[in-house]
Amino acid sequence: MVWLLAIVQTLLFIGAAPLLAGWTKRIKCRLQNRKAPSLFQPYRDLFKLYCKQPIVPQPASWIFRAAPYIVFASTVLAASTVPLVAVDLPTARIADVIVLVGFFALGRTFQVLAGMDIGTAFGGMGSSREMTISSLAEPAMLMAVFTLAMSAHTTNLSQAMNYVLDTGLVLRPSFVFALGGLMLVAIAETGRIPVDNPATHLELTMIHEAMILEYSGRWLALIEWASQIKLMLYGVLIANIFVPWGIAQAPSLPMLGYGIAAIALKLAVLALLLALSEALFAKMRIFRVQEYLGFAYLLSVLGMLSHIILEAAR
Amino acid sequence: MAITELTLYQQAILLLAGLIALTSFLMLGQSRLVRLVLVFALQGLLLAAATALAASVLDYPHLYVSAALSLLLKGIVIPVLLQRLIHRMGLHRVMDTIDHPARVMMAGTALVVFSYYVSLPVVQHSTLVTLNAIAVSLAVVLLGMLLMITRRQAVAHVVGFMSIENGLFFAAVVSTYGMPMVVELGVAFDVLVAAVVFGVFFFQIRSSIDSLNVDQLSKLTEADR
Repeated sequence: MVWLLAIVQTLLFIGAAPLLAGWTKRIKCRLQNRKAPSLFQPYRDLFKLYCKQPIVPQPASWIFRAAPYIVFASTVLAASTVPLVAVDLPTARIADVIVLVGFFALGRTFQVLAGMDIGTAFGGMGSSREMTISSLAEPAMLMAVFTLAMSAHTTNLSQAMNYVLDTGLVLRPSFVFALGGLMLVAIAETGRIPVDNPATHLELTMIHEAMILEYSGRWLALIEWASQIKLMLYGVLIANIFVPWGIAQAPSLPMLGYGIAAIALKLAVLALLLALSEALFAKMRIFRVQEYLGFAYLLSVLGMLSHIILEAAR
Repeated sequence: MAITELTLYQQAILLLAGLIALTSFLMLGQSRLVRLVLVFALQGLLLAAATALAASVLDYPHLYVSAALSLLLKGIVIPVLLQRLIHRMGLHRVMDTIDHPARVMMAGTALVVFSYYVSLPVVQHSTLVTLNAIAVSLAVVLLGMLLMITRRQAVAHVVGFMSIENGLFFAAVVSTYGMPMVVELGVAFDVLVAAVVFGVFFFQIRSSIDSLNVDQLSKLTEADR
């Protein structure tokens, strides 16, 4: 029964990710005074891509063909470990943040390899940029998570959420810093606007797009879907770690419904913030990304320090 | 006492202390003077909020006066003065870039650790709940000094100087329930006067070296041009 619930939760995760992408796009269009596409446009796009025949570039090896599946599978695995509507599911035992970072790293490795596999200039450029950014973003993310772990005494997501729920409303300076750091990292890792622009194909701005330029058909659909799931994953992480209220602590039907409503509301608000920041800020030069991620790291370190300085028992 | 045992208001003071430290770091990384002054104003507002909260938690009514003073002076008057100076001197488009932002930030983090280490013995021998924040206020003082060292524009130096004063004021609030009223009033008006005097200095510096970049002060020029 609980296993079934875990599987349903993962399916919900995968199914709702394009909806979140559509919602974000809708708000962004509204903010830019454009006519917004339907909320379900990402589903249609994915379906259209899925029906098309994929074309394999001639020099591609097996890595190029395997990468979409590995990227998608690792993202789905990562999604299955993150509590979406209920904590204490059987998957919670591996719901470790370090494992989560590992899954992300696995998917990214194969995407980068696939970018270089076909030997075009764009692929190599995108891959090297992606690696540069991720090598700067990963320590910042881990540091933010460790700040959380210092308060909750665990790196297990489910237990950490339970801890935050049990202690009730405590204004922790360290959580504010960790939240800031994690938000900056999430924007960088999901390739949103100040760092990367997912909507353009300009050679100067491409990072993520440059790597997947040679993909088409259902492979492209898988990669696009995976990146939508990743966006939602970061949103859920931020929403459920720092504001876990509403998540179901016991697997009963009314609580689960309440959990779904709560997470939908939180994600809608987060997407609003994301769209607002994307409409307000310009994309920065790639050489300034290290400054940006350095600031994210600084925030996380400050979170850890403020945990020691301001919150420690004496 | 761990943070979970404190009341919500005491937690809020600590949270504001954290945010004040964050504004110090934001100032350290800001390369535009207009935004630098804006962040400084934000720090003043946070400081006023923290003081007012401390006044209500500790039940010291005279702290409300200091809160109002810092809200008025550091949150509004001095930033407006500085902002007008920047616009009158045409500095609002000048970039005061730092050479090695990452190194400066790491130095700032090191200063926070250092101030924690220094204030640890003081904190351990007291029962005052807000005293945890004394390391933060010391860090704000040191970060203000770092800001003055790393910048070249004279306006940024003044902002650094004012934020040092912010740190001292915060230290007084969290450790001894604020300074005596006479001292507080004196310091507040000193700072206000200093802002005006600095304005005069800016014009002097600019008329003698044609810019507010203090690096130019080390160049030799003819006595009267």
